[in-house]
Amino acid sequence: MRPFRPYPLVLAAILAASSGAAEGLGDAEKGAALFEQCKGCHMVGDGARDRIGPHLNGIFGRRAGTQGGFAYSASMTRAGMDGLVWTAETLDAYIENPRALVSKTRMSYRGMKDAQDRADLLAYLRRHSDSPADIPEAEPTARPTDHDLDPAILALEGDAEYGEYLATECLTCHRADGSATGIPSITHWPAEDFVVAMHAYKSKLRPHPVMQMMAGRLSAEEIAALAAYFGNID
Amino acid sequence: MTFNRRTFLGGSVAAAAALKSPSLLAAGHEKPRVVVIGGGPGGATAARYIAKDSEGKIDVTLVEPSRTYFTCFFSNLYLGGFKEMDELAHTYGALAMGGVNVVHDWAIDVNAEASNVTLAGGDVLPYDKLIISPGIDFIDDSVPGWSIAAQNAMPHAYKAGSQTELLKAQIMAMREGGTFAMVAPPNPFRCPPGPYERVSMVAHTLQKTNPTAKIIIADPKEKFSKMALFQEGWADHYAGMIDWIGPEFGGGNVSVDPRAMTVTIDGEITQVDVCNVIPAQKAGRIAEIAGVTDGNWAPVNPTDMSSRANPDIYVLGDSAQQGDMPKSGFSANSQAKVCANAVRGALTGSRVFPAKYSNTCWSLIDTNDGVKVGATYEPTEEKIAKVDGFISQTGEDDATRRATYEESVGWYSGITADIFG
Repeated sequence: MRPFRPYPLVLAAILAASSGAAEGLGDAEKGAALFEQCKGCHMVGDGARDRIGPHLNGIFGRRAGTQGGFAYSASMTRAGMDGLVWTAETLDAYIENPRALVSKTRMSYRGMKDAQDRADLLAYLRRHSDSPADIPEAEPTARPTDHDLDPAILALEGDAEYGEYLATECLTCHRADGSATGIPSITHWPAEDFVVAMHAYKSKLRPHPVMQMMAGRLSAEEIAALAAYFGNID
Repeated sequence: MTFNRRTFLGGSVAAAAALKSPSLLAAGHEKPRVVVIGGGPGGATAARYIAKDSEGKIDVTLVEPSRTYFTCFFSNLYLGGFKEMDELAHTYGALAMGGVNVVHDWAIDVNAEASNVTLAGGDVLPYDKLIISPGIDFIDDSVPGWSIAAQNAMPHAYKAGSQTELLKAQIMAMREGGTFAMVAPPNPFRCPPGPYERVSMVAHTLQKTNPTAKIIIADPKEKFSKMALFQEGWADHYAGMIDWIGPEFGGGNVSVDPRAMTVTIDGEITQVDVCNVIPAQKAGRIAEIAGVTDGNWAPVNPTDMSSRANPDIYVLGDSAQQGDMPKSGFSANSQAKVCANAVRGALTGSRVFPAKYSNTCWSLIDTNDGVKVGATYEPTEEKIAKVDGFISQTGEDDATRRATYEESVGWYSGITADIFG
């Protein structure tokens, strides 16, 4: 049963990641069937090559954005430089909501919201990794079930005036004019992208020590305030 | 000057009263007036934010003697050949266009009772709130034999500009196989990793121009910022070149003779070719003149950077004694924003939000080998206290170190835009 979920389940990924439950891989045969929806862009298995997206052989254990020869988005390259490595945990989070982990990724996929589906898909991809035996496969009972994100987090109305004050801390590194030289632009993002990214840093799912620290002490209300301010900064 | 509970509470009560009746402070003149002394990361940021966010409701005057400000942060990269001097230079035109009255003069006196500041040129500036952010001055005789009169023979290069250029020229002119000596300062001092990044950058330059040269560091401290990272980097990139002499080997017992160009460490005289003396430090002197120092530094209230001695005076950056934050441009910039929010609230009744402080210090060890340390801070009753932090790890891969360096370049662009507009 797959109940309709109107919000990206970023917290589900966070909870799954922190409990280690995302390592519980699923049914590779079902995963092969699910991969049909990825095939428009990705290849995996013998003879796989880069297409619209990079081929996925050996994805487990690879640093993000480093498949030789593929032209990644700047965001994906940056995520790799920040330390993002593809594991069962990070892949699970990325497939669930790509933008939670890599804002402005070119992967135009809305996300696979069912945890069991993701586990099955990862079990299939794992077969095509360099050394499948090294990738842990947990007991089926340890598999994640769906975790509900409290929709209230995304529904929070940000206090833009408070956001303007909090934003002063961000502007020590990020440019108010939206330019990016070595540090990404954070202006005019859709509020939802901003919020899921910050919560992914807060939970330390998304790598980068400065951002994990800065997001770590922000409340959900404060993150909403920042999203409101930066989304409409003039 | 000493402080007790009563003076501290008195300050808080006055601040609370000001919050309730902003008009009281502006009584007798049209608009409330803020004077800011010092146009570095603390003062320029505070002036810019107060002017910008008050939208003309507050008169802001910035007093800064230099027409061009050279940032101390990244000035080591000039010594290493990674930055040109003009890339470290910033002017105050954008602040002026943003409504700040920029006065290029020295503040020579503060009359706290009359609430005004006297400038070297003779003008007197009245204020409702005064922000002092003068950076550091050196403690006389902290390195026996050295004084400001000797700074051409033995540059400190710890206030960026002509001193930085002089030190670089001396390094470039060093005889083959010569010795560069650094006298490192005792705690607390501006930019804790600064001397050690500087040694890295000097080594980087010498490795190319003068590979048999030696570097010695006489240090009174047993430990220094990012010590493991620097020592690993020195061993990896500059093997055999750098000799760090800690207090155990007499690094804290140092005198210099600028005429003979000798450094005496624990009684042993060494002839050197270049000598970078970084003396012990204290708050910029105007803080002492304003009556807000206690010993070498100016104690502040952790919630808003107001002086413990005078609720109408705020002290930012290196001069402030606030608790756990390092003395850095990043810290000063962070403190300035909390202060600006509080000052606006006190003068116009605008919303005052809780203080949040942060700092990150990047250092460059060699080409594309950057490291960083950072922390977040919040006020407690007694001080600004560290909440959380991180530091680069030894043994990180090249991609990580390169990303850290590139991030630091982005940060420089970000913070200087935030400070100077």
